[in-house]
Amino acid sequence: MNPVRKQRLLLVLLLVAGVGIAVALALFALKENINHYFSPAQMASGEAPIGQKIRGGGIVVPGTVKRDPDSLKVTFRISDGDGEVEVEYTGILPDLFKEGQGIVGTGKLDENRRFVAEELLAKHDENYMPPEVQKAIDKAHGSKSGDKSDKTYGTPSYQQENAQPESLQPKGSESQPLESQ
Amino acid sequence: MNPELGLFALILATCLALLQSIIPLVGSYNGRLNWMATGKTLATGQFIFVLLSFMCLVVAFVTDDFSVQYVASNSNSLLPVYYKVTAVWGGHEGSLLLWILTLTGWGQVVALRSGKLPPELSARVLSVMGMISVGFMLFILLTSNPFTRILPFPPADGSDLNPLLQDLGMIVHPPMLYMGYVGFAVAFAFAIAALLGGQLDSAWARWARPWTTVAWCFLTAGISLGSWWAYYELGWGGWWFWDPVENASLMPWLSGTALIHSLAVTEKRGLFKSWTLLLAITTFSLSLFGTFLVRSGVLTSVHAFASDPQRGLFILGYLLVVVGASLTLFAFRAPEVRSKISFSLLSRETLLLLNNIILVTSCATVLLGTMFPLLLDALDMGMISVGPPYFNLLFVPLSMLLAACLGIGILLNWKKGSVSWLKQQVRWIAIISVIGGIVFSFLYGDRFLVSEALAMGLVFWMVLTIGKDVRNKTRNSGLLKGLRKLKPAYYGMQLAHLGLAVTFIGVALTSGYSVQKDLRMSPGDSAQVGEYVFRFDGVSQRQGPNFVADYGKVSVFKDQKQITVLKPEKRIYTVQNMPMTEAAIDPGLTRDLYVALGEPLGGDSWAVRLYVKPYVRLIWLGSIFMALGGLLAVSDKRYRVRLKKKKQALMGAKSKSGNGTQDDTVTTGGQA
Repeated sequence: MNPVRKQRLLLVLLLVAGVGIAVALALFALKENINHYFSPAQMASGEAPIGQKIRGGGIVVPGTVKRDPDSLKVTFRISDGDGEVEVEYTGILPDLFKEGQGIVGTGKLDENRRFVAEELLAKHDENYMPPEVQKAIDKAHGSKSGDKSDKTYGTPSYQQENAQPESLQPKGSESQPLESQ
Repeated sequence: MNPELGLFALILATCLALLQSIIPLVGSYNGRLNWMATGKTLATGQFIFVLLSFMCLVVAFVTDDFSVQYVASNSNSLLPVYYKVTAVWGGHEGSLLLWILTLTGWGQVVALRSGKLPPELSARVLSVMGMISVGFMLFILLTSNPFTRILPFPPADGSDLNPLLQDLGMIVHPPMLYMGYVGFAVAFAFAIAALLGGQLDSAWARWARPWTTVAWCFLTAGISLGSWWAYYELGWGGWWFWDPVENASLMPWLSGTALIHSLAVTEKRGLFKSWTLLLAITTFSLSLFGTFLVRSGVLTSVHAFASDPQRGLFILGYLLVVVGASLTLFAFRAPEVRSKISFSLLSRETLLLLNNIILVTSCATVLLGTMFPLLLDALDMGMISVGPPYFNLLFVPLSMLLAACLGIGILLNWKKGSVSWLKQQVRWIAIISVIGGIVFSFLYGDRFLVSEALAMGLVFWMVLTIGKDVRNKTRNSGLLKGLRKLKPAYYGMQLAHLGLAVTFIGVALTSGYSVQKDLRMSPGDSAQVGEYVFRFDGVSQRQGPNFVADYGKVSVFKDQKQITVLKPEKRIYTVQNMPMTEAAIDPGLTRDLYVALGEPLGGDSWAVRLYVKPYVRLIWLGSIFMALGGLLAVSDKRYRVRLKKKKQALMGAKSKSGNGTQDDTVTTGGQA
């Protein structure tokens, strides 16, 4: 083999090895850091694993929010219309945390099947419904009301105003801003 | 009347864009100079009409014309007038119009400066830009018309701009980001034009480079503005969340960074030609892809306005057309631009190749992490999320590898280097960096952190190699005289690289040594955070223009001396009844003091979040350096050398496209 070819071969080998390692690392990292989503019903029924980091979310059940008088600990129940689970969280609640509002969190289930959250999200917008929660609710109610996007390209609906079942509609939704369409 | 005028102007602009995408291109093939020249006129016309259309929307906002649906859903009569203007891009339709405005603005500048280019190249570039315009204008006209009226019963008042967007950062962030995204359209157009012509030489790279670099500067600024905004506005004190929306802007940045480096090789050495073209296509495609992610409603975030699946489908279709067409063209024409130049394994070329590989790999890992959940969801295989640990695990080591390569790449010469020379160059620098990193981590903070030691070691490494290279370049003529001789392009490059080092410091120290406390505090309570004492003095109320706020008073002490009083707010924006946390920050180069109010806990007690974030400002300072470095590099005179004679180009046009001239002009090696 002439030196130029040798060099080129070395370069290619290095490249292949590098890419191989990168891909392996990436897949490994991905596998280790995926958080599966479980609905309140799945958490309550025991379908969700205990002690493993998972995501969960639902509608905050009105009247269940209880604060610890001395710390930032707060407990409340979340529901997807099918099942309920108790959530414990220590820290500052997000701005848009409200009874009747959808939230998503990451955390672990303890032995009593309480969801101990490390992080809670109630995102950006009053009209926001976490897609996972929306799906869980849709499933629980067997409804596909107004959820066109599911059929077209398989993404959940984000316009929960019309898809949300009445029973779970947050208070004050009459004064919702104009819909964008 | 005004909104109708805006719509009409937009339709006219679309027609002009359609003409622009056809006439100059056809002209470039049959050699008609006057056909080619129409490109410039059409680009100007297009820009003027889009500007007119945009101004019409601005007027509708400023005059509170709530009969326009878009105004009604994104503005309110109580909104301060400057927010009324920025509310123009606070929603989906208007931000698309802004996107088109920047696109046609870029087109206009290209047209103005195209005198330097061979006419058929500039014609093709402008035609490609016209095609991009047509796609986006049709998108607006067909799916997201900002001028739709609510008639005959317009609402009395609008439903207000999302409070999160009522902020200075949001005034500048979207235009900057768009300038970047859309600027890559110019690089893309240059790449396509080169493929169409089958001609790609150093001159081409010299023309394409400044556009790409400027776009990159804007994107850099746009991303860091977004990060800065998230930091003070979201009230969590984080500066990067690996949110899909952030990733959508990071991906084109990563591949764009690879592109500007590979363009350097193409210009200086006539190498990596097809790779450069591929990167240009990839970068713009990722910009489009980012738009698709953010605008289609596939993701939920403050950016995702569109919930109409039609829109998502349209962008997806558009994306497929762009990517499909350009890759097909690439597949057919790329072999024509291949270069036959060799370089040794240890050379600047190799290190820049490594740089590209690392950047593209990082980009791919971000893409994987961002798309995986969407993919699984779309295939109905369960709902998952990929958390920050994934990204950190991959992205952090890759950036460290990149930093390590940077030092060697800067020192090495083009074409060929020798191992013994390199050893002699970096021996001391390497030793100092290792010791420096370890010692720093021991001295700073209260514990030794491996990753921080590594990062700081790499900072020493980057800064010292940059210094060493400046020394090498000035060795022959003395330091001062030598410094004056160096070109702006060289200074720009080094400033940008220094910026990376500065950002490294910021990221490493903020991630390693931030102290955070979430506390329940009653008036009079004190808390120690790091070396600072925060005293909570209670909460009062005030009335803003369109909100009411509870604001806390927090006095901060260090060594018994009061430093500042911070007033974090909890606002309720009255129109949407939406609560918002407004953090109070005492900024400093060496540390930020950050206080945010949580919620009232009964009595006078409040949940309070206290942060001390060391050197967090350096993250953004570094990106300012990077952006300025890019601009400085573009100011280099060699980009402004006019083409010798138009005749020359004419002759090139007559012999017409094809026969890829392989004139691998090896311009002077040496710097940047």
